[in-house]
Amino acid sequence: MSEVLLNSILTLGAVAVVSAIILYFVAQKFKVEEDPRIDDIEEALPSANCGGCGYPGCRAFAEACAKADNLDNLYCPVGGNDVMKKVAEILGMEVQEQRRQVAVVRCAGSYEHREHHNVYEGPENCAVAHQLYGGETDCHYGCLGLADCVRACDFDALHMDEKTGLPVVDEDKCTACGACVEACPRDIIELRVLGKRDRKIFVSCINEDPAGPAKKACSVACIGCGLCYDACKFDAITMYDNLAYIDDKKCVLCRACVEVCPTGAIWEVNFPPRKPKPAKKKAAATAKKANETKGQTTAKPINISDLPKEDKPKEEKTEAKQPEVKQDENKTEEKKNETNENNN
Amino acid sequence: MVALKTFKKGGVHPADNKFSADKPFVKAPLPKMAIIHVTQHLGAPAKVLVKKGDKVKTGQLIAEASGFISANIHSSVTGKVMKIDNAIDASGYKKTAIYIKTDKEEVWEDGIDTSDDLVKDIPYSPQEIVEKVKKAGVVGMGGATFPTNVKLTPPPGKKAEYVIINGVECEPYLTVDHRTMLEKGHELMVGTKILMKALGVDKAIIGIENNKPDAIEYLTKISKEYGGITIQPLKMKYPQGGEKQLINAILGREVPSGGLPIDVGVVVQNVGTTVAVYKAVQKNMPLIERTVTVSGTNFPNPANYIVRIGTPIKELVEFAGGVPENTGKIIAGGPMTGKALSSLDVPVQKGTSGVIFFPEEAAHRKPYQDCIRCAKCVSVCPSGLEPYLLMTVTEKQMYDVARKNHITDCIECGSCSFICPTYRPLLDYIRLGKKTVMDQIRAERAQKQKK
Amino acid sequence: MKDNKLKLVISHSPHVHANNSVKKIMYLVILALIPELLVSLAYFGLGALIVTLTAVGSAVFFEWFIQKFLMKKKPTISDGSAIITGLLLAFNVPSNLPIWMVIVGALVAIGIGKMSFGGLGNNVFNPALVGRVFLLISFPVAMTSWPTPGGQNLTAYTDAVTGATPLGVIKEGVKNGESISQLMAQIPDYWNMFLGHVGGSLGEISALALLLGGLFLIWKKIVNWQIPVAILTTVVVFTGILHLADPDKYADPLFHLLTGGMMLGSFFMATDMVTSPMTPKGMTIFGIGIGILVVVIRVWGAYPEGMSFAILIMNAFVPLINMYSKPKLYGEVKKNGK
Repeated sequence: MSEVLLNSILTLGAVAVVSAIILYFVAQKFKVEEDPRIDDIEEALPSANCGGCGYPGCRAFAEACAKADNLDNLYCPVGGNDVMKKVAEILGMEVQEQRRQVAVVRCAGSYEHREHHNVYEGPENCAVAHQLYGGETDCHYGCLGLADCVRACDFDALHMDEKTGLPVVDEDKCTACGACVEACPRDIIELRVLGKRDRKIFVSCINEDPAGPAKKACSVACIGCGLCYDACKFDAITMYDNLAYIDDKKCVLCRACVEVCPTGAIWEVNFPPRKPKPAKKKAAATAKKANETKGQTTAKPINISDLPKEDKPKEEKTEAKQPEVKQDENKTEEKKNETNENNN
Repeated sequence: MVALKTFKKGGVHPADNKFSADKPFVKAPLPKMAIIHVTQHLGAPAKVLVKKGDKVKTGQLIAEASGFISANIHSSVTGKVMKIDNAIDASGYKKTAIYIKTDKEEVWEDGIDTSDDLVKDIPYSPQEIVEKVKKAGVVGMGGATFPTNVKLTPPPGKKAEYVIINGVECEPYLTVDHRTMLEKGHELMVGTKILMKALGVDKAIIGIENNKPDAIEYLTKISKEYGGITIQPLKMKYPQGGEKQLINAILGREVPSGGLPIDVGVVVQNVGTTVAVYKAVQKNMPLIERTVTVSGTNFPNPANYIVRIGTPIKELVEFAGGVPENTGKIIAGGPMTGKALSSLDVPVQKGTSGVIFFPEEAAHRKPYQDCIRCAKCVSVCPSGLEPYLLMTVTEKQMYDVARKNHITDCIECGSCSFICPTYRPLLDYIRLGKKTVMDQIRAERAQKQKK
Repeated sequence: MKDNKLKLVISHSPHVHANNSVKKIMYLVILALIPELLVSLAYFGLGALIVTLTAVGSAVFFEWFIQKFLMKKKPTISDGSAIITGLLLAFNVPSNLPIWMVIVGALVAIGIGKMSFGGLGNNVFNPALVGRVFLLISFPVAMTSWPTPGGQNLTAYTDAVTGATPLGVIKEGVKNGESISQLMAQIPDYWNMFLGHVGGSLGEISALALLLGGLFLIWKKIVNWQIPVAILTTVVVFTGILHLADPDKYADPLFHLLTGGMMLGSFFMATDMVTSPMTPKGMTIFGIGIGILVVVIRVWGAYPEGMSFAILIMNAFVPLINMYSKPKLYGEVKKNGK
């Protein structure tokens, strides 16, 4: 009995030793020389493997960093400047600080603003619906509300607002990885850099239809009137396809465009309340009246910065839901025509 | 009785519901305002030739083909161009259209023969025929709207052997091809002869499903006057009207994957298209009207109409008796491949073969469940694909797997979604996957060409 | 101006449907199982009724319970798939099996065999067979003492007279060196086996009734003919060769076709949609695999009957078979043709 035991132990032991020796030599022969810094860089990265940097995963990005001569074109949107600084330290390079970006949903067409006159039936998938037809509303550019972007987000930074039917970005969680931008079949979501104190101004519409149909389809559409274009002194606004676009790199956040927009399609976020008007939304009506008397188009009072952070998205919605500015239509109309002619 | 021919692979049997089969064509009134899209065909949009305020005659060219695969567009009414603007079409998107307000009096463009006299002689050369077809803006009227003149000019090195006329009309409800065969039999025959001459072919076969015995009988009788045309009765099965399936049913040949019918020596034309070719060549008549079935289970008087292109469906339906009260869904085309309409402002286009009403209770889809792997979709797929797999990989965005599994061979017939016992939206996803893969392939091709 | 408030439904084509639901399929399968159930009620009496009702009842209950309370979704017991699992489980156990064992079997079948994978459509193995094999391994004695059919008191349940199945007799006999021809005298003749007058699990006894149900399903296009035909052909060919080689040691093909769960397995268990391959080609491979395995287990294995194991083993190969048995494409281009 003990002999059997002994034999087995010896045989197995011998096999183990021989295998170990073979493995050792094989490992030596096929050893891949790797830059040890890659491991360090990978350690510093957030390990989200989201692909937001343009590389297939954090490891690949770390390899690219180790190989690169400078870090100008390499940026980890999830880790942001802090992580890039660490990476630069490991590599002994300089890195330029980049402004933080977040995803911005450029559609404000909530249920109230857009009439839904047919019913989509089919898979809950924007891409499928987009391929089928223009959508439940007359706006064939706007959000379909089937949440492809929400499903694409790895960071839980997007969720659908049931009241508006639109996705809402949680800016604290958004890492600007770009997955939602990729996922949206209508290219509604865009990554935009934030200004001071996370402020931003953007055109919350991508409807390329002319003024009439656009306005008919959605009360907060950009009608391409060009008033903001005229108002901007910094060349930050471009007009194309009946649509205004604000260049986030050139915009100085002066809010001149917000004031002139007749449909309220230009949004300002995280700004303090405007001086002549008190902040809270109750005051909105008064503000409107004040404007009416002045004969100006109303700018929406936005009052985010003094609110607790959780309330941010909610507050934005409230602001978007305010009854639309109807006064001074004639004047706006006139201006519209003027600009249209100018553009033509 | 000899077993009737049909295609071999897959296929389903949707309820026929051809309520309007014995209703002769009725001319629908001219539209008050014709909305004529410049994209009524497969390929590049036509280039607009008129401007706001122009007076146009019926049959006048108002937009011209802007590429190899494109088609001319003619005014279907006499009147004044009101505007050139976006208008929603059956695809559910807004596209450029020419709005023409109709005058009381109709004035035809010069040179168009509007009489009903049959002209049998074909004095034209093949090139002249193709040129005339192109000029008239004839496109495939079965629904695919592929420019006919392109089909009549086979790529160099390829020779047609047969012309197959598609009189299958396998879509439920639709009866326009059936009526055309009965009422325009001689025009159809002459049209077929024209196609044969254009392609230099001496054999033509008209394929008709056996649910239209009167058409089979009538065409068999009159085909004796015209040499080289035979009638082939076929066993009913959907999607027999698909080009590739029809060729397989009649000749037993298979068009190679990714290839065209011409690769097996065949050119297929729809019955309606053939009559349009006859009119274009013999009467100089551009494609400005088409036949439309208006029908549905809840529609009180299903019928067939001859409608000017650009007539808003709303006007046609009002003439036909109005929208039934409990309508939940309206389809342009047949129920298997047609498009659900979001608005009745959509005009009749060159590819609109029917307007089908669905009552509210039949309009909705049932909620879908997990796949139970019953393999019915695999067994009914006429292309020999695995729809369950293609849907899953598209859902998961594994487009490379979809491509390996030949998603681009899908003909979008809808048999898989039709048969699925768990009501899975197979074709919805496969369409998305197919489009994505096609885009990938196109991008790769473009890149290769750059190199 | 918007079409009189008409709210139209928009969806992708096709807009019509064949309306063959899961429910329809499942109830047709149940219908196809009825003849065999009647035969077994006639031969085994009360026991068969109790076991069947318990199995069906508990299978449906467990499915409902798990869906409602563990998976927190709307129960789908009305689709009938749990009824089938229960029925097939009952068909695979002796008619004198204690009630609690039947319930345990149903729990394993539904809980482990089906729901742990995510419910109908996602399971890899045939749930009823998972339950059956679990019982067979856990309670081998209870699972292999079959009541002798008919003749005695039909109201007897657990105290019924028991005996071995023909397969068991042959297996034991051959092991003890007896020849097939001697052993054949100890078992019912083929005609009785065909009709069902033979010992066995309650749903495997009558080849005739099962054949009827199976042909009905094939006619209704619910099961594809490829699987049963492939299994039965393979078994006939394989056992035929063995029989010709040594008729004293190996029973003839007809014996194998009529005994054990051959018919039940080929027509109802192997053809389960969820756990069988997707293409005709794959189904044929699947059937041949089962045929070979079942003969191997029956002739050389430890168990007299190998249908359940054969099917479960081939179930595991289904994803692989699916991967390598693609349907033939319309107009397939030859590889070099490009």
